[in-house]
Amino acid sequence: MSDEASDILDEHVRQIIAWHFSPDTGTPFWLEWARQSKLDVVSEINCFSDLKKLPRFEDVWLRKLGHDKWIPHGYRGQPFKVFETGGTTGMPKQRLSWEDHLVDYTEFSRMLDDHYADAFPHGSNWLMLGPTGPRRLRLSIEHLANIRGGACYFIDLDPRWVKSELSQRRSGQVKQYMNHVIDQAAQLLCHRNIACLFSTPRLLEALGEKINVSDSGIKGVFCGGTSMTPQVIRFLVEEILGNRAALVPTYGNTLMGLAVAKPVAAEADYALTYYAPQPRAVLRVVDTENPDHTVRYDQWGRIELTTLTREFLMPRFLERDEAVRRHPWMGESGCPWDGVGEVRPLDAQQQMTVEGVY
Amino acid sequence: MAITVPLLRMGKPYESLATADVISAHGGEPLAMVSQANPGLIRRDLGQLQRSVLQAFSLANLFDICRQAAVHFREDNLPIGNESQGQSPRQYIEMLSATSGLPHTLCHSNVNKICYVLSNMAQIVDGLTRGIDHRAIEAGMGTKGDIPLGYLPTTDALGVVLPSNSPGVNSIWLPAIALKIPVVIKPGRDEPWTPLRIIRALIAAGYPSQALGYYPTDHEGADVIATMCGRSILFGDDLTMARYAENSDIQVHGAGHSKCILGPDVIDHWGEFLDVLESSITDNGGRSCINASCIIVSRHADKIADGLARRLAHIQPRSADDSRAQLAAFTNAKIADTIDRSIDRCLETSGATDVTALARRSARKVCCDNLNYLQPTIIRCHSLDHPLANTEYMFPFASVVEMPIEKMTQWIGPTLVATVVTNDKPVADRFLHCPHIDRLNIGAIPTSHVDWNQPHEGNLFDFLYRRRAIRHQMVSIGT
Repeated sequence: MSDEASDILDEHVRQIIAWHFSPDTGTPFWLEWARQSKLDVVSEINCFSDLKKLPRFEDVWLRKLGHDKWIPHGYRGQPFKVFETGGTTGMPKQRLSWEDHLVDYTEFSRMLDDHYADAFPHGSNWLMLGPTGPRRLRLSIEHLANIRGGACYFIDLDPRWVKSELSQRRSGQVKQYMNHVIDQAAQLLCHRNIACLFSTPRLLEALGEKINVSDSGIKGVFCGGTSMTPQVIRFLVEEILGNRAALVPTYGNTLMGLAVAKPVAAEADYALTYYAPQPRAVLRVVDTENPDHTVRYDQWGRIELTTLTREFLMPRFLERDEAVRRHPWMGESGCPWDGVGEVRPLDAQQQMTVEGVY
Repeated sequence: MAITVPLLRMGKPYESLATADVISAHGGEPLAMVSQANPGLIRRDLGQLQRSVLQAFSLANLFDICRQAAVHFREDNLPIGNESQGQSPRQYIEMLSATSGLPHTLCHSNVNKICYVLSNMAQIVDGLTRGIDHRAIEAGMGTKGDIPLGYLPTTDALGVVLPSNSPGVNSIWLPAIALKIPVVIKPGRDEPWTPLRIIRALIAAGYPSQALGYYPTDHEGADVIATMCGRSILFGDDLTMARYAENSDIQVHGAGHSKCILGPDVIDHWGEFLDVLESSITDNGGRSCINASCIIVSRHADKIADGLARRLAHIQPRSADDSRAQLAAFTNAKIADTIDRSIDRCLETSGATDVTALARRSARKVCCDNLNYLQPTIIRCHSLDHPLANTEYMFPFASVVEMPIEKMTQWIGPTLVATVVTNDKPVADRFLHCPHIDRLNIGAIPTSHVDWNQPHEGNLFDFLYRRRAIRHQMVSIGT
């Protein structure tokens, strides 16, 4: 990480810690923790590395504890939104939001201007093809479209229902549902002037099986929601979009916000590296067995996420994803801190090596 | 240097950014880096597939191509990697042995099996079609005597999801080549060699490459091939079989639970049939679904189990290139461990004895040339409910059970191949009418003996074509 980015992060940590552990503005969950631990958090935590003095965040807290535990006193009385994680079945993780989701996407909009101005022109309309419901994506994409001067149309997909059907091996139902979703998208693209698309990789593939996506007027695709390999990116860019529309892969979730990817290129074999919206969130690639240690560059490890906003403090949460630690993205409009590459679910490699038997 | 194996996207080579290393069981550098197809890419290709590329070929042309392909497969250096990376027949045997664990002898016998099918495709197709007029397949319409015959393909492609441990199973899909149906293959992760070599041999012989797809991929990709091709054959375990059980468009080849039965009329001469029993259990390293995993007799079970155990005790692991080698190694040591432990756990249940344990005087699992082997195992099951009485493993393993002849056809359960050694017609009739048996041999014929004129787990022609009523009359105009 550059010295400047490191200084900015440490200063941000001090501000966020002061906010969440102040009796006036703090979050009930953290204030209670500080009382029980007897740690003078504000004086003990002065930089990012000091965050190890806080416990590793556990997702069960977001499933089990009521939302009153998570409303910082500084936000009391202000209307908020409850967002839930994507494809979870059972009790989902919930995160409260006032403006974080808007801030993330306003920042993302700047990134689009810096790197993809032609593909996501201001004034263009958007189509969001993916999970809406209680997810922050629905409001965030609409905000993105609006601040760029366009409208946003929606086609909903319920990933929980899909997951439930797949677990019961009803792939026929899932196929019918996908067709239903894609038919609606094709209809909208036919009757509205839409240049920008949000889609999951699988839905983009399915749309490409139904229509020629570039011919429909799409110039830029913001793609996320599930992991993507460089080969999948290559396939989407070269074959689904025919090299005629830009593809912007992202890695994000309700807990972090949105990590942007360094623009992918055929010359670099579509290598995929994401950069967290630092200092609001920090991604580290840590040793799976000993998560207090960061792995070396270009080594695989588990992703650790720390979220640092006034709305939500989540220290050192171990994600269920693994990735390669990548060097900072230096240069103008870059992200001069560590990136995470080739993100995939933790058990993906094991699943790949399961052997068939005869 | 590792060979870089591309996909063949209906004939066109494509190097994926995702690759999987194919490692020799002896360790060391990868033998190949095999391109992996993402499921979306397969879906896209299958959506554009056309059977019409085979329209111009007569069956006679295709039989001829298959004959030439057999020669290429057996004798030629064939391109399996990028353009400069070929594979000689000898390299093929060595690579196949290194990744499948099969000794060279068994690799050669699988080559023979594949070449036999390619070389004798005309007879095999006649066997599958019961000798119908070839025009019925070529043009959709023919005759048998004065009776018009119409046949229609049920699919634009046959999907094939292959295993890693038994190259001989490739012979099952080969007739589709001559039946004018494009083939889309997902090779086993550790056995990319055989289907690729067959495809390359066919292309070298003049078969249109657009009708052949080669897509190494993951489980999701395999599912795309299985479900998107109108007809598919899969090789898998009981879980895979259960998953696709209700889909009649997918044939799943799993555990065979094949059996040998000695009839009451021959049982006192059981020693004369030990060759048949041994062959049924041990051919092809005991890995096939057509290997017997259970011997059913009405008397002398203890003696038969003991006699078999003494014979099989002589079959021991040998170096891969030893011409006397009969056993295949487990390239994944964990699988050998799991099977070995599973058998021992089952033996803790009373009612069964490992009779080979005494005969061979060594552990079931042994190491040879740093590879793991399971030595032939005969279990004498006194209890018919014992968990080892009717089970199957991927090595020469069989139970010996005793019961009255009247009970056998009820107890036998789903059986891919049953060999019933008898000259007694009422006994033979019992098995002829037994609905659990797929292929029935009456006589001293090993279960592992394949007669290519006979269907194997369903007739491929019936799977790929359906008969329809047809009439054809010239129309009179202007009269």
